[in-house]
This record gives sequence, structure tokens and C-alpha cells, in this order.
Amino acid sequence: MKKIVVIGAGIAGLEVSKQLLQANLPVTLIEQSSKIGGNIKNYAYLFPDFYNAEDLLNSYQYIITDPNLQLLLNAHVSKIDFSKKIYNVITKDGITIPADAIVIATGYNTFDARLKEEFGYGIYDNVITSVELEQMFKKQEIITPSGKVPERIGFIHCVGSRDAKVSNTYCSRLCCITAIKQAIETKKLLPLVEIFCFYIDLRMYGLLFEDLYLSAQRDYNIQFVRGRLSEASEMIDKKIQIKAEDTLIGRPLQMSADMIVLMVGMEASDFSKQFKYHNDLNVNEHGFFDPINPHNLRNLTAKEGVFLAGTSIGPMSVGETIDHARGTALSVLSYIKSN
Amino acid sequence: MDANIKVSINRIYWSEYIKEIPRDNYFFFRSCIRQTFFPGAEQMFLNILSKNLNLNYKDDPDLTTCTGIGYHSDIIPLETVHTMVARHFSLMNESGYSNFVISCVTTFGVMTEALNMWHEFPETLEKTIENLYKTTKRTFELPKTIAHASDIIYLYRDEIAKQCIYKLINKKTGQPLKGVDHVGCHYAKIFPQHGVGGAEFPKVLSEMIKSWGGEVIDYPARRHCCGFGFRQYFIKETRGYSLTHSQVKFESMEPYQPDFIITNCPGCNMFMDRWQYVIQETTGKVYSVDGNGIPVLTYEEVAAILLGYDPIEIGLFMHQTDVLPLLEKIGVEFDKDRYLSLRSQCIKK
Repeated sequence: MKKIVVIGAGIAGLEVSKQLLQANLPVTLIEQSSKIGGNIKNYAYLFPDFYNAEDLLNSYQYIITDPNLQLLLNAHVSKIDFSKKIYNVITKDGITIPADAIVIATGYNTFDARLKEEFGYGIYDNVITSVELEQMFKKQEIITPSGKVPERIGFIHCVGSRDAKVSNTYCSRLCCITAIKQAIETKKLLPLVEIFCFYIDLRMYGLLFEDLYLSAQRDYNIQFVRGRLSEASEMIDKKIQIKAEDTLIGRPLQMSADMIVLMVGMEASDFSKQFKYHNDLNVNEHGFFDPINPHNLRNLTAKEGVFLAGTSIGPMSVGETIDHARGTALSVLSYIKSN
Repeated sequence: MDANIKVSINRIYWSEYIKEIPRDNYFFFRSCIRQTFFPGAEQMFLNILSKNLNLNYKDDPDLTTCTGIGYHSDIIPLETVHTMVARHFSLMNESGYSNFVISCVTTFGVMTEALNMWHEFPETLEKTIENLYKTTKRTFELPKTIAHASDIIYLYRDEIAKQCIYKLINKKTGQPLKGVDHVGCHYAKIFPQHGVGGAEFPKVLSEMIKSWGGEVIDYPARRHCCGFGFRQYFIKETRGYSLTHSQVKFESMEPYQPDFIITNCPGCNMFMDRWQYVIQETTGKVYSVDGNGIPVLTYEEVAAILLGYDPIEIGLFMHQTDVLPLLEKIGVEFDKDRYLSLRSQCIKK
């Protein structure tokens, strides 16, 4: 029986595993944390329809009990030995798992907002990230870190994306729509709160994204300011002073907010970054894995029997991740069949 | 994902950056304007180097201007700036020194910019070599290190603290004095790697305040320009911009009631000192509860006060916003009558 190792038990790794298990193939699923789910665990609701993220994750729980699945939690892959026909995936604990095929579904990291020191994350209390705001949505309570119900919130787009200063020149794609989703969710919880979104330009690429953007303005009175933040500073009452330029009217702008939310972009995972100077797998200049081509071979690496799934190749929404993972599973099945 | 869970509060990445600051043998480059504005400050730096820290320096009388004021006013071509900078480096080479230490933040910006441009565009270095030789028959080599004078005081701040006879502590209350640092824009905003602590939270001055017993005030307009801005000030019609920017800073720091402002730039020091007087005269607004205004000092002046140098020798009576309330808070003993007499001659209100 052919053995398949899937690295990463986020949505992509779970979807690939699900598809392969349905085809009666044994799968070893390796996850570095103590739970399955990856980044989706941090989200309350998904855009554009506010689908419950927990429900989506729960839909994968059943595969854990599949007898063909070996799930290794708290397992860090330290090395992949490509020297033999059957590869060996080796964990930090010294466990060696032979693999006829490997699927890399190692997901993404969110940008470490502390690198944008001018925004004061980790320095000023009331500067939080979009990830932390999701935790508030899970509790259905929005309180600033200094303990106040906010009356005005600023959402800062493109934090760590399209920014040469932090070496991330690419667009993270999902932050714009996430900001709009989060702004609406915030308004639902706090109808009187004022919300200002500071953006470079709004990239509403999905079918229903533009509708959500219009709804944010029309139905929720969310304000959009085209301009990048220059800096955020803490005031004596712990409010955050924002400086930006409103590029539509061509004037500088200064205002205060009870809290600002930094829309942190997606970055390559630590796992893919370690392959940057590795000959076996290609990693692009942004640290994500490079498929053979981004069109019809976007699940395949140049290394035979090694496949890619989900955001290991770049920013994707949950839906796109699942679609990509299904394509990967099909490629794996085809490979196993032909070998 | 874990990277965005707040595991480390108050972590500032640039604070971990280590700038190479030479420990001795400095080729000192004076400021054009500091000796006019606050004549004792630059001399105090040299006194502290030689008398307190026992360090060696060269103060070369053949040095001239860095051209910064003309350069930032768009009246001197870049080639001329580069040639002048090259001449200064040539003089340093001649003296056998290699650690270039600069008194003025604008000069620091001009020279780091020239070095960066020569690195990024080697043809400009070739052109500068040619221009310098054509005009002076000189050649030059780049300095091994380039530092601002405040970097040197930052480097030896703890050694200075050991020798201090006063501290930045209110003698009556025993409470730390609250200091606002204002770092000149050209110190780290052009090249963060040339500044201690980077551009957003430079610590070159704030760490001095801490080492010498004071408390650092972080206020919203901390990074805001003092307003000097060269052209804004030099052209009379736009001088209001300069004043407005200083006012933004004062309004922002006022709620924190700082006891003093410490700067490392000649222009910042001058304008934050003088504009307080202008605002007071035109609007009646004073930014301290004692009705004096917030004293503005250079880092060398603060160091010299704490080391026990005579405030008159430091030239503190030349400040528009009176430094006396600060000296009294610290408990400095000196001839106040003479200070007031000299002040009444210099500062006409």
C-alpha cells in the first residue's frame, strides 16, 4: 500500500487528507500544533457570507477517527530526506515516516505587526491586529485592551503587504475583504461605533466582495479613507492618534481613535522559508513554495511525488484553499495510480 | 499566527539594532550655526571628551561647511556638496584619523547621504574624486566609521552618569524629572541604520535621560519635525509653517508637563527654544504651569550641567526659554546673579 504524508493539518491539509481517505489511501497527517485547523481556528466568521468558521472546521473532525489516518500532533518536521525513491519525513522527535508521496500544506504566517514600529503594535495598548479582533468576535464582545467600549475604531489596511519597507511587495489579497467583514461585524455588535478604514486601494476580487463593500458604506455607514497611515501614537488618555493622508482630497489628516486594528497580511510559513536555499524544492522571492507553473501545474513541485496545497503557494481564501487542496488530492491520486 | 499574539509587550525591534560607534580618536566636524545659537554646547562636548572621558579628538580649523543649509534650500548643486564632503574626508585622512564625528544632525544627514549615494551609484564617487582633484589636487578615502556626536555621549552615558554630581531628579520632591526627547529628522529618518534605535523610536537621547535619572515622556507628536525645514523658515512668506509645526509639538507634549526638552540638532534646539517665546508673545500661551515655558537643551548641555560645569560657562543664559527653573529643580549651585545679569544683556524681551 502506498503511503502518503501530508504536512500541515490546516484546511488545506485536512481537505487533501479527506479526499485521499475517501479513496482508501492511508494518510499520515503531521501537525505542529496540538490541534487541527491551522489558521482557521483564529477566525469567528468567514467572508463574504459570515459563515461560521467553527462549523467549517467541525466538518473535518470525522476524519480523525478514520482508521486509515495516522494523525501526529505537536510534531515538527525537521527534514525531508529525498535521497531514496521512497522519501523519509523526519520529525524533530526523531520519528521517521516513509512516504511515496508528500503533500506540503503548511499554510501561512500572519505578518508580525511589530515590524511596522510606526504603527505601535506591541508598544501601545490599543493597537491590535485583525487576528486579535477575531478573538473578540468569538467572545461577542469588543472592548479595547485598555478596557473601554470603543466609540471610534480605525482599520488599517495593507499592514505588511505591498510594503517594500518590510520586504513584502506582494498583495495579500484577503485583507481588504477581511477588513470590510470585520468592520461590519463590529458595527453589528456596536451599532454606534464610528469606523474608518484606511486603504491604498480596495481589491474586491471575489464575486460578492464588491456587494459587501457597498453594503458596508450604505447599510453600516463605514467610512473609507484612501490613504496610508504614516504613524500612530498614543495619547495621554490611551487613545491612538492617527496621521495619514487622504489622497482623494490631497490633504493630510489627523484624528484619534479608541483603538486601531492592523489588517495583517499573509506571509510564507516558517516551513517554506527554510527551503529558500534548498535545491530540492523551489521557493520564490516571497518565501512561498513555487509550483511548476501557476496555471495548470499549480499543485506540483519540480520534485517528483511532492505536491503543494493551499496557502503554501501564496495567499488564498478558505474557499480557494479547499478548491486547490482538492486539485492536489487529484494530482496525488493520479501519481499514485501511475506508479 | 503565533507571532501576532502579544507575547512580548513593549518590544521594539530597532532597539536591538547595534550601531557601530567608535570608542576613541575622533575627527570632529563642527556645526556652522551651533556656536552662534548656543555657544557653549559644542565646547562642552569637547570638554567632556577630553576632561571627563579622557578621549582623543582632532578639531581641525581648516574644515568649512557641509553645505547642508544651502543644499536643503536648493541653492547648491549636488556635485558641489559631494566635493565639499570629499574635501572634509581628505582633511581627516591627512590628520591620520578615520572616525568622523559630526556635531550637527544636518551635516550627519548630508554625509550619510553622500556615502550612501557613492555606494549605490559608484559613478558619482568617481565624479567626486575627479572634481576634488581638479579643484584642490586632493585625494580622499572614506571614513571607517561615521557617527553623530550624540552617539558618542550615548555610548558613554553610563560612564558620564558615574561622574555626575547632579541627577535629573527634582531635588525638592525626589521625583525623576520628566524629559521629552526630540531627535533631529536627519539623524535617523533618512537612514534608520545610522541612528541608535532606528527612526521610529530612536533611543539615542531617551537612554541618556534614563541613565541620568530622568523619566522619558512619549507623546503623540514625538516624531514630528520641529518645523525648521530650511526652506520653510528661510523664506519669510512660509515661515508660519515652521512655527505651526513647533506649535503642534508643544500642544502635544503639554498635557504631560515635561520639565525639559533635550535635542541633538542645532535647528531643533533653536526653534523649539525660540518659537515658545514667539507663541507666548503672540498668543499668550505658555506650555508650562510655572509660566516659564519648557527649557530646551542640547544633550551636551544636559550632560555638562549634571557633571557640574558652571551653567554660565555652558552658556545657558543664551537660551530664550529660561533654563533657570530647571537648574533650580535639579539643585545646581552657581552664581545666579551673574547668570541673570548676563541673561538680561543677551535676551531682550
